[in-house]
Amino acid sequence: MSARRLPEQPGELIRRGREIGFTFDGTERRGLEGDTIASALAADGQRVLSRSFKYHRPRGLFCCSGQCPNCLVDVDGAPGVRACTEPLREGMEVRHLNAWPSLEFDAMRAVDRVGRPFTPPGFYYKTFMRPRRLWPLYERGIRRVAGLGRLPAEPSERQTRADHRTRHADVLVVGGGRAGLEAAADAAAAGADVVLADDGPVLGGRMLWSGFQAEAAALARHVAELGVEVLSPGSALGWFHGLVPIWQDDVIHRVRAASLVVATGTIPQPLPFRGNDLPGVLLCDGALRLATLYAVAPGTRAVVCTIDDEGIDAAISLAEAGVEVAAIVDSRPAPAGAERLSSGVELIAGSTVLEAHGRAEVRAVSVASVEAGGIPGPTARRIECDLVAVSGGRAPAASLLMQAGARVAYHDATGAFVAADLPPGVRAVGSVRGIEAGERGPVPSVRGDRSGGRCFVCLCEDVTEKDVNAAVAEGFDSIELAKRYLTATMGPCQGRMCQLPSARSIARETGTDPSEIGVTTARPPIAAVPLGLIAGRQHEPGSRSALDAQHRELGGAMDWAGIWRRAYDYGDPGAEALHVHREAGLIDVSPLGKFLVQGPDAAEFLDRVYPNRLSTLDEMRIRYGVLVTEAGRIMDDGTVCRLDHETFYVTTTTGGSAAVLQWLRWWLAEWGMEVRITDLTGTLGAMNLAGPRSRDALAPLTEIDVGGEAFPYLHARTGRVAGVECLVLRLGFVGELGYEIHMPSVHARRLWSTILGTPGPVDVRPAGLEAQRILRLEKQHLIPSQDTDSESTPYGASLPWIVKLDKEQDFLGRWSLEMESDHPGTEKLVGFTAPRDQAAEEGAAVVVDGAPAGRVTSCRVSEVLDRTVGLAWVPPELAQDGAEFGIASNGSILPATVTTEPFYDPEGERQRA
Amino acid sequence: MPFLLDCPHCGPREATEFVYGGEVMRRPTGRPPSRRELSSYLYFRENIPGPQREWWFHSSGCGRWLIANRDTRGGAVAATEAAGGAEGS
Repeated sequence: MSARRLPEQPGELIRRGREIGFTFDGTERRGLEGDTIASALAADGQRVLSRSFKYHRPRGLFCCSGQCPNCLVDVDGAPGVRACTEPLREGMEVRHLNAWPSLEFDAMRAVDRVGRPFTPPGFYYKTFMRPRRLWPLYERGIRRVAGLGRLPAEPSERQTRADHRTRHADVLVVGGGRAGLEAAADAAAAGADVVLADDGPVLGGRMLWSGFQAEAAALARHVAELGVEVLSPGSALGWFHGLVPIWQDDVIHRVRAASLVVATGTIPQPLPFRGNDLPGVLLCDGALRLATLYAVAPGTRAVVCTIDDEGIDAAISLAEAGVEVAAIVDSRPAPAGAERLSSGVELIAGSTVLEAHGRAEVRAVSVASVEAGGIPGPTARRIECDLVAVSGGRAPAASLLMQAGARVAYHDATGAFVAADLPPGVRAVGSVRGIEAGERGPVPSVRGDRSGGRCFVCLCEDVTEKDVNAAVAEGFDSIELAKRYLTATMGPCQGRMCQLPSARSIARETGTDPSEIGVTTARPPIAAVPLGLIAGRQHEPGSRSALDAQHRELGGAMDWAGIWRRAYDYGDPGAEALHVHREAGLIDVSPLGKFLVQGPDAAEFLDRVYPNRLSTLDEMRIRYGVLVTEAGRIMDDGTVCRLDHETFYVTTTTGGSAAVLQWLRWWLAEWGMEVRITDLTGTLGAMNLAGPRSRDALAPLTEIDVGGEAFPYLHARTGRVAGVECLVLRLGFVGELGYEIHMPSVHARRLWSTILGTPGPVDVRPAGLEAQRILRLEKQHLIPSQDTDSESTPYGASLPWIVKLDKEQDFLGRWSLEMESDHPGTEKLVGFTAPRDQAAEEGAAVVVDGAPAGRVTSCRVSEVLDRTVGLAWVPPELAQDGAEFGIASNGSILPATVTTEPFYDPEGERQRA
Repeated sequence: MPFLLDCPHCGPREATEFVYGGEVMRRPTGRPPSRRELSSYLYFRENIPGPQREWWFHSSGCGRWLIANRDTRGGAVAATEAAGGAEGS
């Protein structure tokens, strides 16, 4: 047991005898179960935990409640962890953040030693302005020195899980102290669904270290029995129009409650004196938390410096816990609570600590009397001590209330800012209301003190009292301006411990009242939360075809295509494409969007959304269709097959299916037609059996007459294939005789295996997505979004025939397309060929007369044609057979020749066979 | 989007379940619109600070469109209604 560990305290959180091993800066340390990192280190005698932001001064525990910046450490590679609230775990690797070469000896401390001439407020802005050309050099140096910690190169384990949960409740209570627990219990007892969030590991708030441990435990039990959902430790991050995110471990609970009850209590405030940042100077609350919750002596000999009764209470509690209290220094001339003190404790009334002495930690304090207005007199005496417990009053923790729209008002009786005029649905209970005034002494000032020691107003950003004075003297006399100039209140504590001291200092310097100075805007997040948690986990689900396992068995290289995983190839896409040309291939096209459009108005509806005519389509016939936006730009394409008079089967691209469904339903809602759209994308599987011998492969497997005359091109048939009821479409996307077979997904495996596995004269082989892309490119079939963009019209994309402006119906995009039809446009999509060994990159620039004039959208080597083929957007004058242009490629220009007809089988005889 | 939308089919849901479809617009019909009318329809929006009628698609729910009356200043949704057609009934 460590020497600094106190005898057993009532309500202590540690489990004695249950040791936990961890390392701090590489050295082996031991703590107890229930410890935080900081309490374990404190028990081990480690007083310096960090180096300050600017001056690299040694800093130790100060608030012990997760507010101040003094205990920020790196845990297992993740920087910015507060050691005072982070529970200790076995094997933790803890490192200091802001010191080099070591925490004990930090070379940058020289900044502090050399002193003020080099670090006035606005130092960066004033010093590194000139000469301007040297800024890159300055910047490199500043970046090396500035900041706290280094981000890990790899995401750490802490950030791998991040869930968002939405919780609807009647009442959300933020703060689990006495007021919050009672409010939660009242609401739950009245039948409300209540969520209670508290940022500590144990409910009870200040009850836990002020002698009410048993009562806290009883209240917590009561609340749990009433069915209140307790999020602990859970930090409220902000208020967003009624939504309050609560961060608990690796979950963000998005709590939306009809009523918000804020019981966040108060934040203890520091006092200004020179050396008020030395390790060993703690807030009274911090010292008490350490002593009572973790049974660690915050020091061996204490001086308490206070302006109110809280210091007296703290002195009594510290003495009870076993810490020697040398003296209480109280700014009140005659403190009322003095009679409660035991005889051994000296009370020095009407005085304050003028300076804390020591280099790496506090060794002694100078005490001086306090005159009217808080001005201290000369040093009266010096007291040896290694702990200074400070109480400078309390400020309501009102950030959440202010974000919710409460007004901020200065409350004279408590000398703090409080929230007033709460918005509807928001209530404040307990000390956060800031109206529980006790007897208060003057807040001492160090003004007029000419000695060299630093008195800090803001620990996070190393802003001193003198810096504030200088800023006001330079004209930054509004709190918002001073904040930006000094960066006070902008550090890790977010103003909790420096807002009030800053306002007090500026008020004093400008000769006004803190009520006129006001406070800076409270913005989310209230607690420091890892960005990865806010981002959350990737929740976009990946979709897999019913044939996924088959593709993997065949050695398919699986790749993302939109939200789908598709077989990119099975080893050699060029050979797969060639086999489709020569024999037969089988391509899984299950991810295609597949919709059933049904109803009395279905034909009329399709005529209105497609620019071509679909109402004239005969039953079991198929037509190609392009969907355009109201601006006449290509959105998606696919096929439409009329199954019967009122039923159409519509397919879309893989990537466009969700957007098309949304689009069709939008217009259906707008027009209010008698049509129903059913999404069958996941319900049905589909595969394309294509190649000159696909008919021979299919015929023995089906009852459908697949003969060329019985089942011609762009016709559809239903019937059994391999025993499965299917819809078979004769399409020509890949340029060969082909059958697109659609079947219930559950039967896809059976069909796929049967077609590929049937021994016979036809050698059907699987072909992947890449083979399909080569095949369609040989036919100059465009792929929306690959070969088109948000500016592409059917006219530009060389599909003028798809637009039927003579149609009697008004259709989507009609007005825009009518205007487009009169204009030649600025570019056209054309096919081009190039020598086999000169394939261009997709996206490469088309070059005409040495200037960029377009771009390549698709380019592949075609085995069957033995050359490079592609699609490119070019100026309209080049859109004719034989025109030549260049393609920029790695610094050289490749020659390309325009071909407006499909490169392969331009007459389309093979697909119609 | 920290507000709720009362889906006529699914009940009150977080706005994050929906896709925003923009202001409810009048589509030019009947006769060919002038260029000014067409460009106004395609590219211009009122963008008012205050209550407006707007389209929302319940993409993570019923997959249907609804029209909401929403105050763009705070996100408060006053009312929602199912959009027409067999789909919306």
